[in-house]
Amino acid sequence: MPKPKTPHFDTLALHAGARPDPATGARATPIYQSSSFVFTDSDHAASLFNMERAGHVYSRISNPTCAVLEERISALEGGVGAIAVASGQAALHLAIVSLLGAGEHIVASRALYGGSHNLLGYTLPRFGVQTTFVDTRDLDAWRAAIRPNTRLLFGETLGNPGLEVLDIPRIAALAHEHALPLLVDSTFTTPYLMRPFEHGADLVYHSATKFLSGHGVVIGGLLVDGGSFDWQRSGKFPTLTEPYVGFHDMVFAEESSTAAFLLRARREGIRDFGACMAPFTAFQILQGIETLPLRMARHVENTRAIVAFLNAHPLVEAVGYPELPEHPDHALAARLLPLGCGGVFSFSIRAGDSNARQRGRRFIESLKLFSHLANVGDAKSLVIHPASTTHFRVPAAELEAAGIGEGMVRLSVGLENAGDLIEDLSRALHAAGKE
Amino acid sequence: MKIPLSGCQVYAYTGSRSIDRRQPTVVFLHGAANDHSVWTLQSRYFAHHGYNVLAPDLPGHGLSGGQPLASIGEIADWTRRLLDELGIANVVLVGHSMGSLAALEAAAREPSRVQRLAMLGAAVPMQVSDALLAAAHDDEALAHALIVGWSFSAPSQLGGNTQPGLWMIGNGLRLLQRSAPGVLHTDLRACHDYSGGLDAAIRVTCPALLIAGGADVMAPKRRTRAVAERLAQVRVVDVPDCGHSMMSEAPDAVLDALRDFLR
Repeated sequence: MPKPKTPHFDTLALHAGARPDPATGARATPIYQSSSFVFTDSDHAASLFNMERAGHVYSRISNPTCAVLEERISALEGGVGAIAVASGQAALHLAIVSLLGAGEHIVASRALYGGSHNLLGYTLPRFGVQTTFVDTRDLDAWRAAIRPNTRLLFGETLGNPGLEVLDIPRIAALAHEHALPLLVDSTFTTPYLMRPFEHGADLVYHSATKFLSGHGVVIGGLLVDGGSFDWQRSGKFPTLTEPYVGFHDMVFAEESSTAAFLLRARREGIRDFGACMAPFTAFQILQGIETLPLRMARHVENTRAIVAFLNAHPLVEAVGYPELPEHPDHALAARLLPLGCGGVFSFSIRAGDSNARQRGRRFIESLKLFSHLANVGDAKSLVIHPASTTHFRVPAAELEAAGIGEGMVRLSVGLENAGDLIEDLSRALHAAGKE
Repeated sequence: MKIPLSGCQVYAYTGSRSIDRRQPTVVFLHGAANDHSVWTLQSRYFAHHGYNVLAPDLPGHGLSGGQPLASIGEIADWTRRLLDELGIANVVLVGHSMGSLAALEAAAREPSRVQRLAMLGAAVPMQVSDALLAAAHDDEALAHALIVGWSFSAPSQLGGNTQPGLWMIGNGLRLLQRSAPGVLHTDLRACHDYSGGLDAAIRVTCPALLIAGGADVMAPKRRTRAVAERLAQVRVVDVPDCGHSMMSEAPDAVLDALRDFLR
């Protein structure tokens, strides 16, 4: 029996979506820094506007450099297509507004990035879209929260900051039972560690600012469509299955059997909300993705070494990494994330005579290699102490309720020599422990 | 549009336009375990340039009800009944792969109705390998992967889609996966068993167009030669470096060839 011959992940990371430039022979993907593109004649112009021919019109809607990035992430995720947008937040917003309207409802994991929580919990209600937040691990809570007007289930592959592992197969099955799609934020894992479509997710997005880029020099987002969800059969998504007056009465689910969602998101969402990605940004993210397999393997290798060091340190109270047997999602992580649980995790410094918040601050200030800033997924190691920064006005009791201890420190482990990183952590822990 | 036919609802893409009886009609017939959406760009263009377009989902495919038809002759007959139902007297038939065989057979059966015939990715006869037939019967996931691997040229396996943001390989695979169990095998068997193609070509009286992909390994160009020799009026257009999925790999080249042919 013949075997399928398809390119492997690391090959796709370098090549997917790109070909040598036909005009110049340039091997690197050119930066098409052009707002708009010339029509060959009036018929060509009309055909492009009416989606009768493929091509680019205006860089808010599509751009050749961005298109290469869109294909590349689609190939790596195993999806049918993608849209590159201005940030991860823009990707989440685009997914929601392409599917939902006022009066509709989302069920989301409680363990979300703060920015996503803000959008769902505070901003979207002003536009009539409500969200019920549930315990990531409580399938009954997910089920109980689904209402007749629910249109989307949403979670992160690894929760922030506790690294709760989203049980995508079970949450996706629940979503599909109710003819609903599951949207997943896959920023922490990237397609190298997990491909959510293979586990049942329907839509995936990334803050491409993080591991996909790795260099920490751009802000960008990618929204990917798995192409499996049957919008027609669901019957709950008129934005995709009924004529859209805003585009010549196009019925997106009839126009494309596999990429109806992307058509709507591009022909309405990007067109009207306009949060497009700049071609130079796309170029920089492409540079990052070329080395994604190599970097992610090293991120995981370094993280494992640091987790082992911290787990044995007397000043460390707890380490929250799903590969540790005591993590509540250890077994699930072994199943869904066999290549590793990424390079971001939190640990807690034990309280001494001074309180844990003060120790945490001293620890951060004593680090030399780890950069103290509010980002993750950089090639350089990063650190933040939520209790003295992002959550510094939050009382201790409320921090605990949110799963953020006063001594909790979040690390994003980079690509430096693991021994050097451990040395840095060791020195800072020693300083933190001095009363 | 939805059309009731033989107790089933048939879906046909029209480019969001209603049928105008003053205009000529182009019918697009899709290939095995595909649906109307493989023709999106070409069909939409003609629908907005003075033609009625019908890109039906064959029975048991896409949005149409019913069961897949077991032979090319049945698909040709079904196409005739669909046109009768809609009261369309004259048509241009355009088919891809399995659809090209059905279009050929329909044109041979009704030479007075079919005014032009375009066949894309058409090998006649269309022998399907035992390995692929077996995979389609026993292991559809393997069959899907094999078809996707063979349906795109080597460069297209790495993308470079002219449709912004769409990954051709993913779309091709997902479209196959959306078909109901057994549909692919029925379709491939219908292609394999169709032995009357070369005789049918002799009976075709209208002008014909063959569009062949230079890198098509599913329907290699050399296997279009026999049918080309038997068609009375034939034009052959080569699309260099293009695989079997030519409507997505080279949409403009396909559209331009069809436009020139219909002028």
